[in-house]
Amino acid sequence: MTVTNALSVAARTMMAEPLAGGRFGEFGGRYVPESLVAACAEVEEAFREAWSDASFRHRLERLRAVHAGRPTALTPAVNLSAELGVTVLLKREDLAHTGSHKINNVLGQALLAHRMGRRRLLAETGAGQHGVAAATAAALFGLDATVFMGERDIERQQLNVFRMTMLGAEIVPVRSGSRTLKDACNEAMRHWVTAAHDSYYCVGSVMGPHPYPWMVREFQRVIGEEARAQCAAELPTSVPTHVVACVGGGSNAAGTFAGFVDTDARLIGVEAAGGAAMTDGTAGIVHGYRSRVLQDEHGQVAEAHSIAAGLDYPGVGPEHAYLGDIRRARYVTVTDDEVVPALRRLARTEGILCALESAHAIAWVLRAAGTADLPTGSTVLITLSGRGDKDMPALMATATR
Amino acid sequence: MSAPLETAMPGALETTTRAASETAMPGALETTTRAASETAMPGALETTTRAASETATPGALETAMRGAGRPRLVPYVTGGITADWTRYLLACQAGGADAVELGLPFSDPMLDGVTIQRASDQALARGATVEKILTDLTSVRDQLTVPVVVMTYANLVVHAGATAFCRRLAAAGVTGLIVPDLPVDELGELEPAAARSGIDLVLLVAPSTPAARIRQICARSRGFVYAVSTMGPTGERDTLDGRAVVLAANARDAGGPPVLIGFGVSTPAQAARAAGAADGVVVASALVREVLDGATPERLRQVVAGFRAALDATRLRGTTSR
Ligand SMILES: Cc1ncc(COP(=O)(O)O)c(C=O)c1O
Repeated sequence: MTVTNALSVAARTMMAEPLAGGRFGEFGGRYVPESLVAACAEVEEAFREAWSDASFRHRLERLRAVHAGRPTALTPAVNLSAELGVTVLLKREDLAHTGSHKINNVLGQALLAHRMGRRRLLAETGAGQHGVAAATAAALFGLDATVFMGERDIERQQLNVFRMTMLGAEIVPVRSGSRTLKDACNEAMRHWVTAAHDSYYCVGSVMGPHPYPWMVREFQRVIGEEARAQCAAELPTSVPTHVVACVGGGSNAAGTFAGFVDTDARLIGVEAAGGAAMTDGTAGIVHGYRSRVLQDEHGQVAEAHSIAAGLDYPGVGPEHAYLGDIRRARYVTVTDDEVVPALRRLARTEGILCALESAHAIAWVLRAAGTADLPTGSTVLITLSGRGDKDMPALMATATR
Repeated sequence: MSAPLETAMPGALETTTRAASETAMPGALETTTRAASETAMPGALETTTRAASETATPGALETAMRGAGRPRLVPYVTGGITADWTRYLLACQAGGADAVELGLPFSDPMLDGVTIQRASDQALARGATVEKILTDLTSVRDQLTVPVVVMTYANLVVHAGATAFCRRLAAAGVTGLIVPDLPVDELGELEPAAARSGIDLVLLVAPSTPAARIRQICARSRGFVYAVSTMGPTGERDTLDGRAVVLAANARDAGGPPVLIGFGVSTPAQAARAAGAADGVVVASALVREVLDGATPERLRQVVAGFRAALDATRLRGTTSR
């Protein structure tokens, strides 16, 4: 095969269906106990069938419109653009029902679980946004919801914990390991082994065993597809020069990138400096997939630390590891110290209080604007993955310090 | 087979001396590793010969699992759980183990229940690493007459590299390996790497495994087939899951190496019942709990001996078929 052939094949297959076994290059796969292999295969089969069924897609589209409030707006950040000398467009996932992009994925998976005849959703959550989305969808579909959450995250995200209980979900505090999202994932998996016959594991990002990274990206693709059409209407160039999204597990970034992967736009994923699996991670296997993982020199998974609980995760979706390897996407980091001022600046220039996770994407744009990374005159699409209500207690603490 | 406890276990003085010299001589570790890789790197001809003979004859673990003529007992010990953890290993042997399963602790033990999670946390908090545990193991190698099979998670294998990891295990005298989050579809380079190092790669079957897949797994498993008794993580249970008996029977019918039931085998009576359907049992959480609760090696030997006696009584009643 010639080089050009190889490249065009890569371009066509990028962010399409993964290779056999759920591979994105060498990443992905299904590294689960034998007890869970059948459950994963069942989800894969059900998803393939549903995704090729027009009535499933139609129901999902209708749910997105009437329940989640889609399409979400594309808001030009007029004042910030003038200050930075780059055109900033915000894809407003903060305006989606429950306050983040997580609802897109959960509506898809809950519809699938319902179709599979399951009666309970299992979910893990860090910031609580996925837990709230799962509790919401469970209520809507008449399913039970059991949400695993690290004790430390429970302390940090009390508002979302309360929201979940209001929605009727059962919260299971996880006390093992670092008592954060990574341990909640382990616990959810362990529980899934015992409950696979009647429960559906609703994974919260583009992570976990095949088919989850693929399926979640497909459910989040709506962000990128809407934004692509909205940019075409908004921009003389039709496609922005840069597309920027924050990366925890990587679902809002994957959904956004999927809409632009076949364009010339530069794709930039922004990680938290304390949880930067793409930047600091090495090849590893955790939570059922092979990717880049933060680990120590002995192969023990490291604890991640970020002011944003949703980015406080030592792994990253396998497709990001692949996109990074083939250099289709670039991954950068920002520190906690850059994030809070970025959040404030967006609030004051545009009247939008975004989530601390989303503020990572803003922080990178603030830093890069006018440099070679983001030259003056660029057009940049930023996905605002969520709204900041859940983070106000944390910000109140920093404000009084 | 079961050496007297006194000779099987080093005295306190010896242990202290060894621990001191280990920390004082960082070069020793390196030397071991290098020596291992030298001996483990055969020429092309040797590789071919060994590969051929491997398919023809079972490895050391499988030989031990077939040869005992009584239900097999494989107790589990978490490596590095205490400073003198190798004494627990030797106590298991003294109590009548046919092989011992050595857990290399991992930070995210997806398939383990609270007891083994706690044990792993405790070992890691003590600073246990794969390298330190295998070095400890090497120091008691001369006293071990039964095979050691390592149980650990895929990340530790990938981190070291499959080939290097297997060579390191072999150099420490390990003859079997269980990686519960590597199902048969994901064995990749580990399967040939294990074979090259003479390590039996033990595969697992679960109650949810379809019949055709059970046959596939049994055909590729080496050493023994690990029949996971229940749909759940490791941990003690009041009763043995009835599905274990069916699963073990199906796995035995598939041919392949001996079938051992593991997960939730908590009492000698449960072990005896499991052994009625399989070739033996793996006992983990029930023993690890004893160690976490501060059991002495002698106490652990007694507990293991209790399982041994129950299993042997099964054989005397003639309830096992092979
Ligand atoms: C608002 C928000 N943004 C981003 C994330 C990170 O997740 P992902 O990288 O999957 O989009 C989270 C996770 O909880 C979140 O709540």
